[in-house]
Amino acid sequence: MVEFALPANSKVLPGKSHKAPAGAKRVRTFKIYRYDPDSGSNPSLDSFDIDLDDCGPMVLDALLKIKDEIDSTLTLRRSCREGICGSCAMNIDGTNTLACLKPIADIKGDVRIYPLPHMPVVKDLVPDLSVPYAQLASIKPWAQSQTPPPPDRERLQSPEERAKLDGLWECILCFCCSTSCPSYWWNGDARYLGPAILLQAARWIHDTRDEFTGERLDDLEDPFRLYRCHTIMNCTATCPKGLNPAKAIGSIKEKLAERRF
Amino acid sequence: MSMRPPLARARGLGSAKDGVSHFWWQRLTGLALVPITFWFVGSVVSLAGTDYAHFRAWLSHPGNTTMMILLIFAAFHHAHLGMQTVIEDYVHDEGVKLFSVIALKFAAFLFGVFSAVAVLRVALVGG
Repeated sequence: MVEFALPANSKVLPGKSHKAPAGAKRVRTFKIYRYDPDSGSNPSLDSFDIDLDDCGPMVLDALLKIKDEIDSTLTLRRSCREGICGSCAMNIDGTNTLACLKPIADIKGDVRIYPLPHMPVVKDLVPDLSVPYAQLASIKPWAQSQTPPPPDRERLQSPEERAKLDGLWECILCFCCSTSCPSYWWNGDARYLGPAILLQAARWIHDTRDEFTGERLDDLEDPFRLYRCHTIMNCTATCPKGLNPAKAIGSIKEKLAERRF
Repeated sequence: MSMRPPLARARGLGSAKDGVSHFWWQRLTGLALVPITFWFVGSVVSLAGTDYAHFRAWLSHPGNTTMMILLIFAAFHHAHLGMQTVIEDYVHDEGVKLFSVIALKFAAFLFGVFSAVAVLRVALVGG
């Protein structure tokens, strides 16, 4: 059944506190979730006072400043720092987003940073994403066709056909949406694919060059894989790229209904 | 502890190739319940304060009997589909889940048929 409280060994305890250097004028406090499974102790919330006059504008800048200058054991994923790799997805100020795209100035009060919700934590802000990655592989996220490609060119698509992929191809697989979805939280057994994977599935279902639309729909027609989506819309509200996974899932449900008539 | 690879977990037992009819009937019964509920509430209001004989005469009218049976079918079907979704969302023990869904379906049939029989008895037999 549903768990209403964290297990005893997951309760977040108060952690270390790091004060700002003397003379700092614009100080903001960053409260960051820390967890080291090797230590055997509970997670804690460490507090870092940062001088914003000596820090870049984004949350990722502050995190890297902390890692470089205050506590090198702080663990997080990051790569492109411009919202295209999806590595620095985390829960900032109560919302899943990319640390590199989130301005510190947009947050009132202390900046609270946690890993993506409801995933196993590898360390600190690094969640274990092996299940969502496996779910992505399970929907075969590549073009499938029986017709051989033209010998002299790529497979063609009209501008109108290409336009159907807008709002789908831009997904960077950061999993902010899936880890904000209550249905995904409740179905931790990997049966519900979640908004990120279903948006990817829609990306191939709507691709006019793909010749396996029916098989893709067959694979998704399942009370758990697809129909656990109850249009809660957390996915759309949280997507740092401004995409609409809920609409994409709706389009799959439409296709499944459409082929019955 | 499970050593099962994540892809095996994600693929699981494969697709059930089912779910559209649940989705479709949930919406269809929901749509049907909009006019039926308006009719039902209007009827209850217009029948307020009348005696049993008047109510029986009203229910015996073929249009009203039909609408009452439709209301029962749509409401029970819609409610049981919705409750099944709730059970599938929240009950994660496979045994309890299966038992709950079976109990729910039996209960929906039992009370649905009982309600329909009650309507037909009052409408056709009376007493």
